[in-house]
Amino acid sequence: MSAERLFHVPGEPAELLLRGVHALDPRSGLDAPHDVLVRDGVIAELAAPGSLPAPDGAEVVEGEGLHLFPAFFDPHVHLRTPGQEHKETLATGTAAAAAGGFCGIVAMPNTAPTLDDASGLRSLCAQARQEARVPVGFMPAITRGLAGTELTEMAELRDAGALGFTDDGRPVVAAGMLRRALQYQRLCGGTIALHEEDPTLSGHGVMHEGAVSARLGLTGIPSISESTMVARDSAIAAYEQGRVHFQHLSCVESVEALAAWKAAGARVSGEASPHHLTLTDEAVRSLDSRFKMNPPLRTEADREALIAGLRDGTIECIATDHAPHARHEKEVPFEEAPMGVTGLETAFPVLYTDLVLPGVLPLGLVVERMTAGAALLDLSTPRIAVGEPANLALLDLAGEWEVGARGYASKSANSCFEGRRLRGVVRLTLAAGAVVHRAELPAEVAA
Amino acid sequence: MTAPRHLLSIDDLDRAGIERILDRAASFAEVAGREIKKVPALRGRTVVNLFYEASTRTSSSFELAAKRLSADVVSVRAATSSVTKGESLKDTVQTLTAYDPAAIVIRSPHAGAAQLVARWTDAAVVNAGDGKHEHPTQALLDVYTLRRRLGALDGKNIWIVGDVLHSRVARSDILAFARMGAQVTVSGPPTLLPRGIEALGCEVAPTLERLAEADVVYVLRMQNERMDEAYVPSLREYAARYQVNAARLQPHQLLMHPGPVNRGVELSADAIDSPQALIAQQVEAGVVVRMAVLYELLAGSGAGAPLVAEAAAEAVALA
Repeated sequence: MSAERLFHVPGEPAELLLRGVHALDPRSGLDAPHDVLVRDGVIAELAAPGSLPAPDGAEVVEGEGLHLFPAFFDPHVHLRTPGQEHKETLATGTAAAAAGGFCGIVAMPNTAPTLDDASGLRSLCAQARQEARVPVGFMPAITRGLAGTELTEMAELRDAGALGFTDDGRPVVAAGMLRRALQYQRLCGGTIALHEEDPTLSGHGVMHEGAVSARLGLTGIPSISESTMVARDSAIAAYEQGRVHFQHLSCVESVEALAAWKAAGARVSGEASPHHLTLTDEAVRSLDSRFKMNPPLRTEADREALIAGLRDGTIECIATDHAPHARHEKEVPFEEAPMGVTGLETAFPVLYTDLVLPGVLPLGLVVERMTAGAALLDLSTPRIAVGEPANLALLDLAGEWEVGARGYASKSANSCFEGRRLRGVVRLTLAAGAVVHRAELPAEVAA
Repeated sequence: MTAPRHLLSIDDLDRAGIERILDRAASFAEVAGREIKKVPALRGRTVVNLFYEASTRTSSSFELAAKRLSADVVSVRAATSSVTKGESLKDTVQTLTAYDPAAIVIRSPHAGAAQLVARWTDAAVVNAGDGKHEHPTQALLDVYTLRRRLGALDGKNIWIVGDVLHSRVARSDILAFARMGAQVTVSGPPTLLPRGIEALGCEVAPTLERLAEADVVYVLRMQNERMDEAYVPSLREYAARYQVNAARLQPHQLLMHPGPVNRGVELSADAIDSPQALIAQQVEAGVVVRMAVLYELLAGSGAGAPLVAEAAAEAVALA
């Protein structure tokens, strides 16, 4: 990974022999048991299972029955720092990432104050070097204060370490403003990531507009509030030959618009979240604020379209949109609650349990899509290959656990999967060559 | 279905449950005809009315209902201001729970508030209106009023006209009327009919052309702020298309409205004052139906609970 745009507390380079693990990396064509030797934080050798002797001083992990994946990369999380450290800190957010098997995450700028100037970015990067357990990249705002009226100093921000730019949480409402940002992108580079929502259509909506919102009397957010903006901004990106990434897509029409503009040659990409891939607005019937997020959970047809888009590559990657909120903030009536759910610690187990095990998506594809976010931001992709830095996730796919039963590494507990029994326990995570997470063996994991 | 612990939604009641409550309400109506209107059913128990929205008829009728059952009543008018300013709903409920109430009646501008309260207290919770979600006791008193007039709702055609989008009454009524065997049609400006409403079990008619088919015309309140929000261009245009007046109302039709009425907007004066209008009967039904709801939740299901007849006899004895 391009170190200059990711920041963390450097760990001790791992000396590790993973013996007999089932190594799965679709990009390397790996899908078989191997011995994997990590020396000085780098993948030094891949060999037949049981064939490698343990070098002096190296820790040996007996990995028979366990799966080794390239560690995951999440291009979309909220670390709430600065300003909302009661929800999450750089330390707790990256601990949650490590616990979820991630070796890199990207923090959004809707903090307090907004991350929209170079001095703020420099100090945040410095803080990450002191506190972040896994490498973190930062995407500052496209417009000052996310207000949509003035561009940030994008070139200076890029020099200070910006991975790209986003007004996430809000759309860039004015088409002309997005056009200026894309023109400026030619000067400074950096992917522009967009939260798509036409506020004149979404209004004060709190959930998907449809039969469930009609029943509950909740104001709906129609699918077209997202898809019309995906189409509009794809057209602007194509016109300016700019590069745009669509965040947390949620509906059929958006997937169709993205596919059409890709076919037309626009440099556009998309992400989908584990909750949009596995839940629908039926969950909101409970009026439980844990199911409130933006964009909202939509219908079964929308969920299926996202899965199809992920399968055929229209949607390149999975992103959690990890959005922590304090308990008291969510313990209010649905309409009053803030939007957002946590996701780092449950992302892979949810997709594995709900999509891979029932045969909806192949395991290799899920692993590929959970690592693909890095390349969209010009970062190198985590891989299992000799000479690569150790960015690895070791999982017990047979292991079962209950979400929340043992608490969370995140500072917040607003998971929409709380109480679910999931398959897939992250046993070990290596990020940038160092061990960043090691599961104590939970009692409920079957031996 | 066993007797529910709370009344949060019409979905908490099946047809038999609705009928049980309405039959009890009818027996309370007999008591209401007496000089001493009190029964001792809830003597020594406390009912808290927690109202986060201005309301005259709902809060007063709940208060009266609890008093006629001899309960001690505490009415709390909580500030409607945001959670950031005042005490949170959870803290308020925990404070009130310290009084060991048998029931908490809650009115809130937010959907699901009653459900949350039910999670935080051991008291029986009655939803007195939560946002645009539900108003189950209004629906029960509407069914009660219609049953008294029509005997049964089976096969009756009921039209609900107006601002369905913002109406909790409409949602509870659609569910309750359908559960009692009626055919429900909702009508109003397309901007005020929520997408997907037919999933509640009703038909949708964007005009009043077929209004003559209705046996009952249930008119909803049209709020002025809907025009500021551009749902309709003007009250004049709304009234021209959707006002229920003597010209549109057929002689065989019954007219209902949850109140308060905007005279000259959704209803004309001649319609309101016509003998077909059941608006006053609806208000009257409010007290006995809410008595029956409180009775059902607090005294109705337990073994050895006093029967209404006994309670009524005691009332006579007290007199």
